[in-house]
Amino acid sequence: MKVALIGLGSVGRGVAEMLSKKDLGLVLTGIADSKSAFMDPAGIDIARILATKKKNGYCGDQNLTAEDVVKKADYDALIEVTPTNALSGEPALGYMKTALNRKKHVVTSNKGPIALAQKELRAMARKKGVSLRYEATVAGAIPVMHTLEHGLAGNEILALYGVLNGTCNYILTRMAAEGLTYEQALMEAREMGYAEADPTYDVQGIDAAIKLVILANTIWDNGVTLNDVDRTGIDLLTPDALRLADEEGCTIRLIAEANPKKHLLRVSPRILDKNHPLVFEGTLNALTLETDMAKEITLIGRGAGSIETASAIIGDLLYIRDRYVKRA
Amino acid sequence: MKLEMKDSPGQLVAALKPISEVGGNIIAVIHQRDPDLSDDTLNVQIVLELPKGRLDNLKDLLKEQGVHIQRIGEERLLYQRTVILIGHLMHTGFSDTVDQIDATGFAEVTEVAMSMPGINERSSSRITIKAVSREDMEAALAILRRVSQQKSLLLIEPLEETA
Repeated sequence: MKVALIGLGSVGRGVAEMLSKKDLGLVLTGIADSKSAFMDPAGIDIARILATKKKNGYCGDQNLTAEDVVKKADYDALIEVTPTNALSGEPALGYMKTALNRKKHVVTSNKGPIALAQKELRAMARKKGVSLRYEATVAGAIPVMHTLEHGLAGNEILALYGVLNGTCNYILTRMAAEGLTYEQALMEAREMGYAEADPTYDVQGIDAAIKLVILANTIWDNGVTLNDVDRTGIDLLTPDALRLADEEGCTIRLIAEANPKKHLLRVSPRILDKNHPLVFEGTLNALTLETDMAKEITLIGRGAGSIETASAIIGDLLYIRDRYVKRA
Repeated sequence: MKLEMKDSPGQLVAALKPISEVGGNIIAVIHQRDPDLSDDTLNVQIVLELPKGRLDNLKDLLKEQGVHIQRIGEERLLYQRTVILIGHLMHTGFSDTVDQIDATGFAEVTEVAMSMPGINERSSSRITIKAVSREDMEAALAILRRVSQQKSLLLIEPLEETA
């Protein structure tokens, strides 16, 4: 199967490296970063492209753009991993629509467009007879979508709750373990590379809320948006609050939860018993699904990272290959 | 409230029927083998909710059935939940915050632990609320949510498995 890769940041590089390293039967025919692009229908030498990117800061021909690749390259599936824009979803949203209109499958890690336009994109994919897959948008490497789609097929999902932001989980872990203030723990998270220069999206629960919106629309098709999420972040927590919880054998975690019967769609810091399955240290993510047949299922794993996210993307690509496209 | 009795044959079954007859709601039946007891009897505890004024009625019925009750612990507020409040707790009238729960008659603040690091810094407190029933607890928490919002306090609730 032929694939084109748009975006060569941390996730894109992880995908490119795995395509090159593993014999997956996936041929890269187009690639683009923010400054350049490159196409070869016979297959791109990934090692050479990555070396060029490292040396020059761009990967291909500066006269070509991502749009050229999306529009013209010869591919079966588009891998869209450009930086997310939660407000407009662009330019990723445009790339995805163009590819779907060309009857190309789309695989993405891009939360913005999926949170904003999931319904429209899914309808487009259905109409064109192709697949839109976004496993990597929620909880990184954890196969949430595959579990919902296959493992829990036929189950009614009654509610879900989970830890969907590793940065917050790291900060709360450090505040509880060392008695650090929020500011100190945030600074440490930055030094460790777990927090962005502007941590707003993470610490105010926006990132977790976007993932919650994607999950809710995927499971219940209820058309909820970011504005529907009742959202409280962790930036006002005190070390004393964590100590007071600790005295009772509890701790505090940022929990995203949805329960359509209770009209509940919320991201907020919550008190949990230390033995609760959603209490763990560091940057991991986890999600508990409550279903009618299987009852509770809790998935836990890496919520971010270059290769970890590539795992989710490659899982989607191979699913498409096996279902729609002949093996290369 | 809590009934405690010895588990000699037939006692438990005999005790359950009168409870339902007086409109009681059994919350838990706890069997506990006392390791110090030489014979093989078990201690049985029944935790139940009882409508007001039915206790004497229940005691009479149990006596008729030949059930020997060792102890009755009357605890009106069976439901307990602990929350954390962060913010300018004293400046916004902490006793008023507590009063709004206590004034309901169906819920009470039973324990408070507080930490006040400095005059102008935000305080943190852990508050234990007890209530008569699950619904009353929800109502008490709804009051606390409203008060927290009015006073710009951050309320952290426990995660309740929802479905």
